[in-house]
Amino acid sequence: MSANALTPGIAAGRLRSDDLQQNFADLHPPMGQHEAQVAADRCYFCHDAPCVTACPTAIDIPLFIRQIATGTPEAAAKTILSQNILGGMCARVCPTETLCEQACVRETAEGKPVRIGQLQRHATDILQAKAGHPFSRAAPTGRRIAVVGAGPAGLACAHRLAMKGHDVVVFDARPKAGGLNEYGIASYKSTDDFAQAEVNWLLGIGGISVQNGQALGRDITLAQLQAQYDAVFLGIGLGGVNALGADGDDKQNVLDAVDFIADLRQASDMATLPIGRDVVVIGGGMTAIDAAVQAKLLGALNVTLVYRRGRARMNASPFEQDLAASKGVRIITNATPVQVLGNGAVREIEFAYTDDTLTPTGDTFRLAADQVFKAIGQTLAGSGLPDTDKGKIATVGAGRTSIAGVWAGGDCATGGDDLTVTAVAQGRDAAEDIHATLTAEG
Amino acid sequence: MADLTSNFVGIKSPNPFWLASAPPTDKEYNVRRAFEAGWGGVVWKTLGEDGPPVVNVNGPRYGAIWGADRRLLGLNNIELITDRPLHVNLQEIKSVKRDYPDRAMIVSLMVPCVEEAWKAILPLVEETGADGVELNFGCPHGMSERGMGSAVGQVPEYIEMVTRWVKQNTRMPCIVKLTPNITDIRKPAAAAKAGGADAVSLINTINSITSVNLDLFAPEPTIDGKGAHGGYCGPAVKPIALNMVAEIARSADLRGLPISGIGGVTTWRDAAEYLAMGAGNVQVCTAAMTYGFKIVQEMISGLSDYLDSKDMHSPAELIGRAVPNTSDWQHLNLNYISKAKINQDLCISCGRCYAACEDTSHQAIAMSDDRVFTVKDDECVACNLCVNVCPVENCITMEQMAPGTTDPRTGKLVEADYGNWTTHPNNPNRVAAE
Ligand SMILES: Cc1cc2nc3c(=O)[nH]c(=O)nc-3n(C[C@H](O)[C@H](O)[C@H](O)COP(=O)(O)OP(=O)(O)OC[C@H]3O[C@@H](n4cnc5c(N)ncnc54)[C@H](O)[C@@H]3O)c2cc1C
Ligand SMILES: Cc1cc2nc3c(=O)[nH]c(=O)nc-3n(C[C@H](O)[C@H](O)[C@H](O)COP(=O)(O)O)c2cc1C
Ligand code: SF4
Ligand code: SF4
Ligand code: SF4
Repeated sequence: MSANALTPGIAAGRLRSDDLQQNFADLHPPMGQHEAQVAADRCYFCHDAPCVTACPTAIDIPLFIRQIATGTPEAAAKTILSQNILGGMCARVCPTETLCEQACVRETAEGKPVRIGQLQRHATDILQAKAGHPFSRAAPTGRRIAVVGAGPAGLACAHRLAMKGHDVVVFDARPKAGGLNEYGIASYKSTDDFAQAEVNWLLGIGGISVQNGQALGRDITLAQLQAQYDAVFLGIGLGGVNALGADGDDKQNVLDAVDFIADLRQASDMATLPIGRDVVVIGGGMTAIDAAVQAKLLGALNVTLVYRRGRARMNASPFEQDLAASKGVRIITNATPVQVLGNGAVREIEFAYTDDTLTPTGDTFRLAADQVFKAIGQTLAGSGLPDTDKGKIATVGAGRTSIAGVWAGGDCATGGDDLTVTAVAQGRDAAEDIHATLTAEG
Repeated sequence: MADLTSNFVGIKSPNPFWLASAPPTDKEYNVRRAFEAGWGGVVWKTLGEDGPPVVNVNGPRYGAIWGADRRLLGLNNIELITDRPLHVNLQEIKSVKRDYPDRAMIVSLMVPCVEEAWKAILPLVEETGADGVELNFGCPHGMSERGMGSAVGQVPEYIEMVTRWVKQNTRMPCIVKLTPNITDIRKPAAAAKAGGADAVSLINTINSITSVNLDLFAPEPTIDGKGAHGGYCGPAVKPIALNMVAEIARSADLRGLPISGIGGVTTWRDAAEYLAMGAGNVQVCTAAMTYGFKIVQEMISGLSDYLDSKDMHSPAELIGRAVPNTSDWQHLNLNYISKAKINQDLCISCGRCYAACEDTSHQAIAMSDDRVFTVKDDECVACNLCVNVCPVENCITMEQMAPGTTDPRTGKLVEADYGNWTTHPNNPNRVAAE
């Protein structure tokens, strides 16, 4: 007899495979043609639209929605992709409730924004289902640019540079391109191997070569890249994770949430993934929510997310918090882990209640735990990088670093939120700046 | 509660909502169900002369215009008059009228333009017990190519002649249905009146091509690669029909000629507007074809509630109420000055008023960096465009300026007295104001 929700300890296959399939299906299934038409009709085509201002990549939202409404979704997709080459992924993963849709005047008016993200997906899906690539390259410039990191920032930068006629080599330490699109985004946001399909589609422009398994600092150095290329862009994300700093946090099954999530994304069969009966996730951001929700979807009986401050301070949006609650995740706030208990492997974890200034109140409690996932923030990893500021590569303007000829963008660089769409914007803008700099040099 | 009973040229019906002559009234099955649903009367689908009936196309006969969420706004058709044998229609009319004596049963007719043809059909209709006839001088496609329908309706002399034949050959009330495909609706209405018509009904459908198929390069609906113009009806035609009703209602020569209002009536409100504009009752086709017979229930409750709210006891008290206020441009008060005003509590900062006014009107709306929109009174000409494009109802209103205040746009005092173009100093043909 296979495992079920009550099976103690850590076990794979707690749920039947069709339940798993249903659990990990598209969170927001794509709109049908008519649904899209109706949704598009709700857009007021605002003047100097606030939704555009709220989109980090400044997609001309009223224009693309009008193009959908008039039956030309491929033109709509081009409007989207010309600003945001990963518009397909962004349509799936953007926290629209805090971006474009929050700014939508119909949110102001009725609390029901135009469904911008879903419409964006509708248009980009239609275009990307067709063969070919909508953008073409300018005449070759003879310049070569190295991009480190094949995440959203690096890919957006590489695409824009290729469009300008430059040749680009992208180096990435991981076996697959896509960065957190491939290894981080929750499974139910990017289904059907969309991340790889999108990377392949993006590379369709030509002029970009991706070298996987090449880590900066291990296989290549920044000095080498500077010597061999006309410019370097760093989009290496945040490779390190913060330590828990609680007694016993080195016990078995105290794990990094990002690794758990990466395993989920790489699994070909969810039924093979082991999950605890009692799971505790520590953190208050998107990573914590994604780990907790997916633990629950895998069949964990009790999943508790514990955050050290109050709800209002959680980085995860109210939408994400509600999603977690709706899947049965229990959220405890104002509690900090003090010790991990267990004989070799974790059995229990003890928390101290804390007030909003993180001062312990003196009360403690314990939670049973077969697994503890830490999601308390990622950090910049690597040495020999340009100057940093508050743990990120310091940039001025469009991603210029302290080293001439080296640009940076995305999670690894200062400025903006740690979001896919922000990474795309920064990669794109750095590419424009690299292009301007190289062409000005003559 | 208001009493909706209607008496139109002596024809009584429990309410003023009739189904217009069209597919909804094409046969006994439909009409019985319409009466069960509550319709006050029907104008039976147009009958032609005895003999082999006309044939319809066997491809699509409708085209359409849609609004948001595929709401049907305009319908175009190339259907002809009834394609069922005359005697079958007559039998059915008789049987329905017998079972629903309180409902209005009007029979629409279209036969060739010779007196014999009318003499032949009228006694047959009388024999059914029908309450009246409607002369279809409006059908703008197919039948008009054969010298009937709008081919007659476009020549006032023919209208008068045929109407006279009908009045001479039957005791039944005669309603003449007018085509809108003319330049001045008063001419055919006057001809009908001169011929002795008891009433006019309008409008029939408007010549139209709703769309062109961009793959076939042919008008839609397309039949084997070709299309023909059709007749347009539905909500989109209401403003045109309402104006034509007003033209007749306020014409000195035609005053008192009963009107059955037709064209885009979809809700009780449309019907009430027709009544206020001088129609004695209304006829409905497209709305029933879109939503089914049940809509009449909303029309009945809506009109009844409205009349109650206005302390009116019957539709008769509403009929014609807007006619005296329907004027000509030259008589509008040029001393009435208003300004647009934006209610900041309601405004959602979409900027549509700004785009409209800035790009296409009078540059009279200001936009601040934080998206606050305000009207510049010194530029606003009160054109109302912002009101019409604003997505929030009542967010922008037109506020009248009090007499004695100064209009910041012109620097002139707002006058208390009425003054129109006929006496305006800029009018080269002005008449001296008394
Ligand atoms: C679990 C999780 C869920 C998230 N969910 C969302 C979401 O729903 N919506 C949203 O908008 N954002 C989400 N984010 C944030 C989003 O994924 C990131 O902001 C975004 O991926 C940043 O893009 P990037 O290109 O800067 O970095 P990454 O996506 O991290 O890509 C960096 C790339 O650089 C490579 N690399 C790193 N170091 C080296 C090196 N030394 N040498 C060579 N290559 C290197 C990595 O292998 C990786 O491919 C989530 C993040 C996480 C962790
Ligand atoms: C399919 C169709 C067939 C019609 N046939 C006739 C007809 O036989 N006789 C007639 O007088 N009017 C006919 N009409 C016109 C309608 O009676 C009516 O005048 C017109 O549709 C406007 O009203 P509405 O906007 O409520 O549809 C027809 C309309 C349609 C849509
Ligand atoms: S990229 Fe994201 S924020 Fe921008 S419009 Fe699309 S869904 Fe909204
Ligand atoms: S704010 Fe909303 S309604 Fe206005 S343009 Fe953007 S999506 Fe459309
Ligand atoms: S159109 Fe209406 S809602 Fe939009 S900005 Fe103008 S006043 Fe405000």
